[in-house]
Amino acid sequence: MYRYTEFDRDFVRSRVAQFRAQVERRLDGSLTEEEFKPLRLMNGLYLQLHAYMLRVAIPYGTLSADQMRQLAMIAERWDKGYGHFTTRQNIQFNWPKLAAVPDILDALADVGMHAIQTSGNTIRNVTADHFAGAAADEVADPRPVAELIRQWSTDHPEFQFLPRKFKLAVTGSPEDRAVTAAHDIGLRLVRQDGELGAQVLVGGGLGRTPMIGKVLRDFLPLPDLLPYLEAIVATYNLLGRRDNKYKARIKITVHEHGLEEIRDLVEAEFPARKALFGGIDQEMLAAITAQFAPPAFETDAEGDVTAWYHADPVFRSFVDTNTAPHRAPGYAILTVSLKAPGETPGDATAEQMRVLADLAERYGHGELRISHEQNVILPHVPCRYLKAIHDALREAGLASANVGLVSDIIACPGMDYCALATARSIPVAQQIAKRFEELKLEHEIGPLKIKISGCINACGHHHVGHIGILGLDRAGVENYQITLGGDGGPDAVIGERAGPGFAYDEITDAIERLVLAYLDLRETPQETFLQVYNRTGSAPFRTALYDRDEDSADAA
Amino acid sequence: MPRPFTPKVLTANDLLLGDAVWLAPDGAWTRHMSEALLIEDQASADLHLLDAEARGHEVVGPYLADAQSGPHGPEPTHFRETFRTRGPSNRPHGKQQAA
Ligand code: HEM
Ligand code: SF4
Repeated sequence: MYRYTEFDRDFVRSRVAQFRAQVERRLDGSLTEEEFKPLRLMNGLYLQLHAYMLRVAIPYGTLSADQMRQLAMIAERWDKGYGHFTTRQNIQFNWPKLAAVPDILDALADVGMHAIQTSGNTIRNVTADHFAGAAADEVADPRPVAELIRQWSTDHPEFQFLPRKFKLAVTGSPEDRAVTAAHDIGLRLVRQDGELGAQVLVGGGLGRTPMIGKVLRDFLPLPDLLPYLEAIVATYNLLGRRDNKYKARIKITVHEHGLEEIRDLVEAEFPARKALFGGIDQEMLAAITAQFAPPAFETDAEGDVTAWYHADPVFRSFVDTNTAPHRAPGYAILTVSLKAPGETPGDATAEQMRVLADLAERYGHGELRISHEQNVILPHVPCRYLKAIHDALREAGLASANVGLVSDIIACPGMDYCALATARSIPVAQQIAKRFEELKLEHEIGPLKIKISGCINACGHHHVGHIGILGLDRAGVENYQITLGGDGGPDAVIGERAGPGFAYDEITDAIERLVLAYLDLRETPQETFLQVYNRTGSAPFRTALYDRDEDSADAA
Repeated sequence: MPRPFTPKVLTANDLLLGDAVWLAPDGAWTRHMSEALLIEDQASADLHLLDAEARGHEVVGPYLADAQSGPHGPEPTHFRETFRTRGPSNRPHGKQQAA
């Protein structure tokens, strides 16, 4: 597993010391909030509705067991005993006290973690496929590339004051589990004639003006990666709009100038950048790649799992739903759902974090991952341990067999925490999950992604949900707008608005009507919600959503 | 035409804890909205806001929020302000925990 260099460690420590002094100066009155705010944001510290919030980066979603235990310790000692995993592979603590934050940052630095560049107009935490290094369908592990980008972008002097925040994601699999098309730059590792390279997407993003990334370069040889990225970001740095925050993201730059012009500018900038690198980046990449070597996989990893699989229907359902094919024989990738119906999507208690850390250590080569879908992954599990893991997870309330199903909902913090929110999202997710649990239809319904955001910023990725829900404030009342047919996969699509929104106490019924309509419309049990939607279009779903309302309005 | 003035409270987040506080009639910050000063005219609203902005060593982000008078003191008129008097709806934390 990757270990940070001495340079990184010193850098993180000195940043903590710097921030400690800044907090002291804020508390003794020598810094005003106007002066302090950009400093705290650079260190991941936000002020929300009820308290401060600290956002901690989990680069490319990879955590060691020790790091997870430290997060548990922090949750207990300085927070209220839990943390919230987000769609950007961060963890957020919702209740830190200002004076305690430097101590928390020191505790994070003890395990090589930090909150730097989780905010501000910089290149943010690089995200990657959460199955990286484990997935059977992978072309190459995307994490060495992600780590190279992290090192290059951290404190990059040219890119500390970009027109707006800048987010990158890397996938090494054609399945694209990293939603690369919704990022400022998305990289998809591909092989061409045996050579490893990347397809480069640019200008994706959700938020106020959702856009799918466009292919800037179909195949970029890996040795050209950093100079090419630098050429893109430099082009954007000059061209991106600084006059209007809502037009400042690169997606607007690409939209306004056109892909061709951006491509020409990037290609023109590239040779000078390439000359400056002189190959040092490739030496770094080689060194990093060596550190991401896979663990020593066991032989005979399968054991007696098949017997258990046939004997225990609950275990079978868990395995069917929550595991994915691993590249090593006899191994599985196990997704542990943080979406038990009725619980807060993405929340884990300190106790649950410790259980997960212990399981990773005992059975999973010590590795954990956080997915953008707000679940925790044990990436390398010999199948013979699956039964023991399942038993332990049941005791910890973590054995929900719902990964990828209707109750595996992404929800942003919404108005329960977030100061920017226009409506709540967590309780909507809780109600929908509980409704489908009562209906006992979840497994019958099959793959379905519901994603909820509490405002137009779209942190909950609602545009790429098969069913997206956006919470708004309509004349002082919470109102929920539905989008349909979104897709965050390799052929990403922005969902279409279904029509007028629904009140807080109507939205769960509306979602139920949509899903029941799907069950009626599908031609075979294998046809998924999204496939049906793409076949029939939105008309029958709109009927399910709205006609009934008119009936009941008439009846009333 | 200027909009008619609606009653307001002055609210902010506490510098140390980050939780919601309201300006009380005696000029102190209270953690209970029901103890807040209900401001009835634009001129004193403006003055109180200016005053609060100068108290950056105590609070962060002061603003005026619509409120109405209730049986136990000022009450919120918008759901966002209601949540601020309570805490999140998914966990018993925040002000509802202390209550
Ligand atoms: C609670 C404090 C948060 C604040 C203040 C916040 C603020 C914002 C803002 C202002 C944007 C829009 C930026 C733009 O379009 O230029 C944004 C985008 C985003 N946020 Fe958050 N956010 C918060 C929490 C979260 C959480 C918890 C998640 C993960 C669940 C998240 C994930 C994202 C993502 C993925 C985007 C990108 C959407 C895009 O492509 O534009 N954020 N956030
Ligand atoms: S989508 Fe809006 S409400 Fe949700 S976390 Fe982002 S900024 Fe907050």
